[in-house]
Amino acid sequence: MSILFYASAIISVLSTIMVITRVNVVHALLYFIVSLLSVAVIFYTLGAPMAAALEVIVYAGAIMVMFLFVMMMLNLGQPTIDQERAWLSPNVWIGPSILAAILLVELLLGLMTTDATIAHTMVEAKEIGIALFGPYVLAVELASMLLLAGLVGAFHLARK
Amino acid sequence: MFSFEVGSLLNIGLVLVVGLVVSIMMIWVERRFLGFFSDRLGPNRVGPFGIFQVIADALKMLTKEDWIPPFSDKFTFVIAPMILPIVMLLSLGVIPFAPGIGVMDLNIGLLWVFAMAGLASYSTMLGGLASNNKFSLLGALRGAGQMISYEVFMGISILGIVILSDSFSLREIVQAQTDGWFIIPQFFGFIVFMVAGMAESHRWPFDLPEGEAEIISGYNTEYSGMKFGLFMIGEYIGMVVLSTLIPVLFFGGWLAPFGLEFGNEIISGLFWMGAKTSFFLIFFVLVRAALVRPRYDQLMSYGWLVMLPLSLVNLLITGAVVLYQAG
Repeated sequence: MSILFYASAIISVLSTIMVITRVNVVHALLYFIVSLLSVAVIFYTLGAPMAAALEVIVYAGAIMVMFLFVMMMLNLGQPTIDQERAWLSPNVWIGPSILAAILLVELLLGLMTTDATIAHTMVEAKEIGIALFGPYVLAVELASMLLLAGLVGAFHLARK
Repeated sequence: MFSFEVGSLLNIGLVLVVGLVVSIMMIWVERRFLGFFSDRLGPNRVGPFGIFQVIADALKMLTKEDWIPPFSDKFTFVIAPMILPIVMLLSLGVIPFAPGIGVMDLNIGLLWVFAMAGLASYSTMLGGLASNNKFSLLGALRGAGQMISYEVFMGISILGIVILSDSFSLREIVQAQTDGWFIIPQFFGFIVFMVAGMAESHRWPFDLPEGEAEIISGYNTEYSGMKFGLFMIGEYIGMVVLSTLIPVLFFGGWLAPFGLEFGNEIISGLFWMGAKTSFFLIFFVLVRAALVRPRYDQLMSYGWLVMLPLSLVNLLITGAVVLYQAG
């Protein structure tokens, strides 16, 4: 299990780096899907198969499809790739790299000082349901209101 | 290792070989039956009853020039046709064929099938987008809209089953049907699921992403040789997956009807599962022969104005009845 965990962790980090550095937006999206799938594998190894399935269904299966759908409408061609390449100059990397390096050091320090072991309890679908409609029912209601507002807004825009 | 238990090598080999052979043979079966339904002969030249037609087709495809358009996005163009057969074979893995026969027994089996169906739509979309051809793009756009829309009702339509069987595991769903198949309490769920499943695997009459009358061949216009063959075989594996999933969810899976059980439970289970699957495979061929393709706006309004309310009402009533019976 730990080999699976480390392998998918490495894949997710590498594919996320590829997402940032690709200039072709379709390739970036493909790597993003790989990254999401590897995160789903990590969820599975940590004992949350339901979260893994939802990660694939919702993020990889629905939201990324929406991204691709919009991309098809936009007619992105060579000009976009050139523009991306111009924006991705080495100077832009300095600031974020320093900030990310600080975070990495903090993370490594935190991992070294605390005795972090992977929790091996399976979280079943039933427990997620009980948690969602028990203590977190307010969050579910707020999310549904937000979605309804989005739906009404889209309907209004489409009517014009 | 080589015994009849879920996940043994024998089982993996059996499911893979039988699944692939049935999917490939479906190409011949479909053409033969379409010929029969429209009073023609169909392919009948290669071997007895034309049964080796598929081999001839495969040879033709393998020896054709494998052309990658110079104006396409080559990386995506090559990856796109591989996705569909892979994810469809993966979803065949969770199907319970009989007690002890199957590749995986996941407690999220149903969600697994949905995850794989969601990923399958990338094949159509990336194929159309990478071809860099206007007709392909139109086909891919249609495919994306159609699959996103029909995935919604497909998901809602099977929630009634999850409520009744209290599980996402396909084996537990089959076992929950020993007292009666879910087709009776979930009839509307079945209707929505079957239509949405056909739209999801873009089988006729929902093959608008291909729509050869208007947009040449849609998303696979630029594909030739075995790359096109992968799209086609992926579609047929999808048809087999759908035809096994419908019996598992609504018709008791490997359970024998009217107590017609014989032999040991594996043989009897395989027989009944095979019989039910064959029925739906032939049924889909018949649907293809009988129905005409809708217009795209008809497809969308049918989905959102008929299927979505129907599945929501079905879910609401199922939940209410289960709560009422629980007291």
